[in-house]
Amino acid sequence: MELTRRSAIILGAGALFAAGLPKQGSAATSEELISAFTGGAEIGAGDIELTAPEIAENGNTVPIAVSSGSAAEILVLAMGNPTPNVATFKFGKLAGSRAASTRIRLAGTQDVVAIAKLDDGSFVQASSTVKVTIGGCGG
Amino acid sequence: MASDVKPRVKVPKQAAAGEVITIKTLISHKMESGQRKDKEGNAIPRSIINRFTCDFNGENVIEVTLEPAISTNPYFEFEAIVPEAGEFTFTWYDDDGSVYDTSKKITIG
Amino acid sequence: MKKLTGAILATLLTSTVVSADPVDDNLVLNEETPIVTRTAAPAHVADALDEVLSGWLFRGTETRAMQADDFDNPGMIFVEQAMENWETAEGTEGKSCSSCHNDIDSMAGVKPTYPKWDEKAGEVQTLQMQMNECRTERMGAEAWGYDKTPAINMEAALSSVSRGMPINVAIDGPAQSAWELGKEMYYTRTGQLELSCANCHEESYGMMIRADHLSQGQINGFPVYRLKNTKLNGSHSRFKGCIRDTRAETYNPGSPEFIALELYVASRGNGLSVEGPSIRN
Repeated sequence: MELTRRSAIILGAGALFAAGLPKQGSAATSEELISAFTGGAEIGAGDIELTAPEIAENGNTVPIAVSSGSAAEILVLAMGNPTPNVATFKFGKLAGSRAASTRIRLAGTQDVVAIAKLDDGSFVQASSTVKVTIGGCGG
Repeated sequence: MASDVKPRVKVPKQAAAGEVITIKTLISHKMESGQRKDKEGNAIPRSIINRFTCDFNGENVIEVTLEPAISTNPYFEFEAIVPEAGEFTFTWYDDDGSVYDTSKKITIG
Repeated sequence: MKKLTGAILATLLTSTVVSADPVDDNLVLNEETPIVTRTAAPAHVADALDEVLSGWLFRGTETRAMQADDFDNPGMIFVEQAMENWETAEGTEGKSCSSCHNDIDSMAGVKPTYPKWDEKAGEVQTLQMQMNECRTERMGAEAWGYDKTPAINMEAALSSVSRGMPINVAIDGPAQSAWELGKEMYYTRTGQLELSCANCHEESYGMMIRADHLSQGQINGFPVYRLKNTKLNGSHSRFKGCIRDTRAETYNPGSPEFIALELYVASRGNGLSVEGPSIRN
C-alpha cells in the first residue's frame, strides 16, 4: 500500500488515538475475558465476596480471598494490570467450601473484580479498590 | 524452569469422616510474568505455573488456572471435604511442560 | 548550601505529619513461639530511645499475619532448602555441616550473638563469615558469595532455629573498636541527600516516608523476605541499598564497613527476639 499523505495522517491519528486510551488496563481485553466467562449473560450482585486490603503493603504480593455460598467457578480480574486476568477457581465435588485465598500482583492502584458463576447458572460480581503505593526512598 | 521448584502443602494428619479441612499449598516458582525487561531492554519471556489441581482419592477438590498476576511462589488456601481415609494429590503445571506434584495421606479418627 | 539541603529534607520528613504509630499487636509464631517485638532500649542507646521496636510492628495487617505462620511465610521455603544443604556433603573432606554440628536445631543460640569477635581470626565476624570459615577450612569447599542464595538461605535457617531468643551481641572487649566504627557510620550524614541512618530510623521512626511506614531499622528480623523482590535479603544488602538511596557512595556486602555497621545496628536491638526470616515490604 502506497504511503500517501492521507494514509500517513490516518495511521498517525490511529496511533495517537490508541495512545490516548485510558491507561486503566485494556478495557477491551477485560470485557472479552468477562464475556468469555459469562457468555454475555447479565452480571448481578449477591453471593460473592472479595476480600482485599485497602492499601497493599507492596504491589508484588497482595493477599486476596474470594468466597461464595454456591459458586461453581470464580474469575478474578485486576482491571488496571497490563493483562487483567489473574486466576480462575473451579470448585470440584470435594471442595469444602466455594472459597480460596491467594497472593497476586497489582501494577498500581486499581479495582480487583471477582465474578462468580453460581450453581444455578447465574453470574454475580464483587469488586474492591486496592491502593498500591510507592514507599520509602525508592529502595 | 525446573530448578529449585519445590512444592509444600499443609494438610491435617487426621480428620473426622465428612469433616471440612483447610489446606494450604505453596510452590517456589519465580512466575516470570513476561512483563519484565532485561538489561538490554528485551522482554523476558513469560514462564509461569499455569494450572494447579488438588484431588482426593481420584475426585477433584479444586482446579485453578493461574495467570502472570499470581505472585512469585504461588500460594493457595482452600477447603476440602474428607469423606474417608485416603490421599490428597497436588499437581502444578509449568508453561515449559514440567509437572510438579506431591501428595499427603490423611486418616480418619 | 549543604546544610540547607539537609534542613529542607528534615522539614519534608517532619512536615508530612501523617504519623502512624507502630501497632499494638503481639507476635506468636505458629501459635507457640512468642516473639519479643518491643522492649526497653539497651543501655548504650537509652539516651536516644526509650523502647526498641521490631520492624514487624510497622507493617500492615496482612504482612504481620503472613509472618506468624511458618507455612504462610515464604521465607521458610528457603530455610528448608538450606536445611537440605545442611545435610549435604560438599568439598574435598566429604563433610556436610551436620557431620560436625549434628542437628541444625542444636545451633539455637548461635545467631543471637553474631556479629562477634573471633579470637583465632583476630577480627569481628558475621555469621556468613563464620560459615565460610567452616566451609573453606574444615570442609574443603568453596566460600559462598556474600548474601548470595546459599549463604543467605543458611543464615535464615540458623536464624529460624533461634527465633524467640533475645539478640545479645557484645559491644565491648575486642569488638569495641568495630562497634565504635559502626556507631560513627550510623550517625554520620552522607550523600547528596545528607542523611544519616539516625535521621530516619532514630529521629523519624513512626512517620511516613512517602507511603512507607518508617521503622527503627532494627535487624533482628534479618534475613528478610521482602515482598518487593520476593526473596531473602541480608542486612548488608539492605545497608547497601539504603545508603545508595541517600545518593551516597555505598559499600559492598561483606566489607569491613558493613561488618562494623551490622554489629552496631544489631546491638541497638539487644533484647528484641531473633525473628528471621521475617517478612517486610
